Amino acid sequence: MLDTLRLTAEEAARLVREKEITGAELFAAYRAAIDERDPELHCYLHVCEDEGGDGIPIAVKDVIGTKGIPTTAGSKILEGYRPVYDATVIERCRAHGLRILGKTNTDEFAMGSSTENSAYGPTKNPWDPTRVPGGSGGGSAAAVAAGLAPWALGSDTGGSIKQPAALCGNVGLRPTYGTVSRYGVVAFASSLDQVGPVAKNVRDCAYLYSILAGRDPCDSTTVDLPHAVELPERESLEGLRVGVPTEFTEHEAIEPGVRDAVHRATELMRELGAEVGECSLPNSLEYGVPCYYLIAPAEASSNLARYDSVRYGHRAPHADDRLDMYKRTRDEGFGDEPKRRILVGTYALSAGYYDAYYGQAQKVRTLLIREHKEAFERFDVLATPTSPTVAFALGAKTADPIAMYLNDLLTIPSCMAGLPGLNVPCGLSEGLPVGLQLIGPQFSENTLFRAGYALELALGFDPVPARLAAA
Amino acid sequence: MAIDRSQLLHVAHLARLELRDDELERLGAQLNDIIGAVSKVSELDLADVPPTSHPLDVVNVWGADEPRASLPVDEALANAPEREGNYFKVPPGGS
Repeated sequence: MLDTLRLTAEEAARLVREKEITGAELFAAYRAAIDERDPELHCYLHVCEDEGGDGIPIAVKDVIGTKGIPTTAGSKILEGYRPVYDATVIERCRAHGLRILGKTNTDEFAMGSSTENSAYGPTKNPWDPTRVPGGSGGGSAAAVAAGLAPWALGSDTGGSIKQPAALCGNVGLRPTYGTVSRYGVVAFASSLDQVGPVAKNVRDCAYLYSILAGRDPCDSTTVDLPHAVELPERESLEGLRVGVPTEFTEHEAIEPGVRDAVHRATELMRELGAEVGECSLPNSLEYGVPCYYLIAPAEASSNLARYDSVRYGHRAPHADDRLDMYKRTRDEGFGDEPKRRILVGTYALSAGYYDAYYGQAQKVRTLLIREHKEAFERFDVLATPTSPTVAFALGAKTADPIAMYLNDLLTIPSCMAGLPGLNVPCGLSEGLPVGLQLIGPQFSENTLFRAGYALELALGFDPVPARLAAA
Repeated sequence: MAIDRSQLLHVAHLARLELRDDELERLGAQLNDIIGAVSKVSELDLADVPPTSHPLDVVNVWGADEPRASLPVDEALANAPEREGNYFKVPPGGS
């Protein structure tokens, strides 16, 4: 049987093309890996049968609507829901022949940084199953790391692609806001939500992005890419200006092992020919998380108003009247985290508080955009840690929502600014992956891929979890 | 600034959330912590800074007003918790 642990999508495509394996054997190899390892890891909420063909299999985060295939967003309120149409990103994958392996676990409505907020139980980190895989897209990241999918779709609002990729040791791209359609994707915070690829290496990530990106008439926030996606090939970083925001390496929340691995990666970028210098994003870490935790919940409280049990989703039985039906349905169907965010968002938008909270946060957002723009006058790419820590223990932060929110300290600011960010694994600390976050100006994905690819080759990071490689 | 029980109940009503007593206590305390933490944005004097509602410079995307096929009724109603004929069925009243 084909070993899926190290298999990239590019290599899988070659094996099929050169008739070393059939499309059916390829799909079956992933199903066998899922049967073997997913009972422990719980990456998947639903596994699909092979629909035939030679396309590369793909895992899909369960916030992305798939026609006829259960789509729960990790919530009880959508238990049993089967979309009657495919999200545009699924149509695009299908148009390239990709076959859906299954739907991956997520924090409920993509709200969380550990997948522990999933109503269906947490996903475990393949590097150490006593630890979280990150979130919200922990299922997609863990599936790719454990060889349960060659690549996957994720979604990112404040770090839900980048942070799990960091904690699971794979490559994840949060694309520039507006480059990938959200049509058919369960909405969380619409001025932030982006769909993007998770992969074992930078070239696969870039290729999957090329399939996903482009304007969609069904999502009026999407735009045409200003230039085609280029698969990275060059090993040199000659001419690339890399900025290291000092606040992002000096912050007290950053573990020494993470800081060291990221420092070694930026030094390596210098050896590869890049000019590396320091810069400053003074407001990003001070005000990024508070700004995000007003704007995202405000938008969530509006988006989640649709779960009223009229057209789809869970409905509380025996309601006295419609108001009673709405209120009890939403109490029964939503877990604690969506409830917290609905309450915070409703409060921040309510009469008398709007200007002080939501309005003020929108102005802070302008500051964050401005200071990133200023940094990009001097630099092509910014390099920071993706997550302040390596994967933490299951249960360590579930009782303290604010401690959980701080996992996204370093990913949130660029998300607020609509900028693309790429996580590239850059080493291990205490045997667990450390992620480097590369941030660029809007539409600079090709630059991020080029930088990430050269670094990936030079680092030679092994993306297979040691405990699985040894097994 | 603390959110008291009556304010919490008001916000929960606006959001159409019935909260059980244990939830009122737990979520109420957490809500106060969260609002306390995010209030940090008020430290900044931003009187002259315009708000951002959307990170891209796109305005008004227009589409041609042309009829096109939509979902067949049975598909549109496929996930209905309760259906009667070609309608979604809900209990009466209560706003």
